[in-house]
Amino acid sequence: MRLKCPTSFRIVRVPCTGKVDAIHMLRAFEKGADGVFVVGCMEGDCHYNQGNFRARKRVEQVSEILEKVGVGGDRIKMFNLSSGEGPLFAEYSIEMDTKIRELGPSPIKKGKKVKNANAA
Amino acid sequence: MIIAKKKPMEEIIEEVKDFDKILVFGCNECVTVCEAGGKKEVEVLASALRMYFMTHGGEKEIFEKTVERQCDHEYLEEIRKDIDNYDAIISLACGVGVQFTAEKYLTTHLIPGVNTVCLGANEDRGLWTERCQACGSCVLAKTGGICPVSRCAKRVLNGPCGGSTNGKCEISKDVDCAWQLIVDRLKALDKLDDYEKVAPVKDWSTDRAGGPRTVTREDVNI
Repeated sequence: MRLKCPTSFRIVRVPCTGKVDAIHMLRAFEKGADGVFVVGCMEGDCHYNQGNFRARKRVEQVSEILEKVGVGGDRIKMFNLSSGEGPLFAEYSIEMDTKIRELGPSPIKKGKKVKNANAA
Repeated sequence: MIIAKKKPMEEIIEEVKDFDKILVFGCNECVTVCEAGGKKEVEVLASALRMYFMTHGGEKEIFEKTVERQCDHEYLEEIRKDIDNYDAIISLACGVGVQFTAEKYLTTHLIPGVNTVCLGANEDRGLWTERCQACGSCVLAKTGGICPVSRCAKRVLNGPCGGSTNGKCEISKDVDCAWQLIVDRLKALDKLDDYEKVAPVKDWSTDRAGGPRTVTREDVNI
């Protein structure tokens, strides 16, 4: 399958989305990521029973925090697919890439630039 | 354990916006278990604050530290060497921890990051419920292990009152009638005769009515 995927994102592999904590997602934004998407197994298919449900809750938590701090809750999203659904992964990554491009760069980047300019 | 609830982010931001160097200070005990003020919550709040001030201007330095207990001199000493680096501390401990830290570091502003709610138990994932009001003279031996002081809205000691319907309290259909629970439990224990005994007037001087309480133990004071 030679699927086309955007080159704008970096994949961080975890054993299960249940391993993804709120702070991991927040740190990505703090370091300047424009968006984060978490891709877990199909709901009900988790090898650890609840990993992907936990991840979904944490994504919701982070989305709320991002909204409150002015970064925007739409910049984070959770997707579910099975390991055999490569084309769907490509589709989701294109969807997320398009959405983030519409939203523009993260305001964190702007804040960092101002901070660096003041320091210089 | 002591149950606390995170304060809304907006409230915390409003309180700290005038300070430049802020320590988010967690506690590894009760507030960690009720997921309101442990190491993870410290990291999340510190990260959120950093992002807020990055997007809204204002150059702030946000530090993170979590100690074993904030209600103990020994552990609070851990931040003494760095205390001058902070303009303000957001304490994610219960009210006890916040006050103890404030007493210890007189010239540093202390801001509570959680609302302390009650003494309760972890009934289910994400559900904490009140079980004790620390009244200072426990009656559980006589009430089948169910507390009428904390679980009855009226703190009735010879219940139930007329508001008990189908095992629920009149204040809400979701609240169990403590006295129904007591009767059920006494029945299960085959001790319903105890229910017939009228409880005497309770000495409330051991409760908050007697002012702030102190426990002194000469035998452990070495």
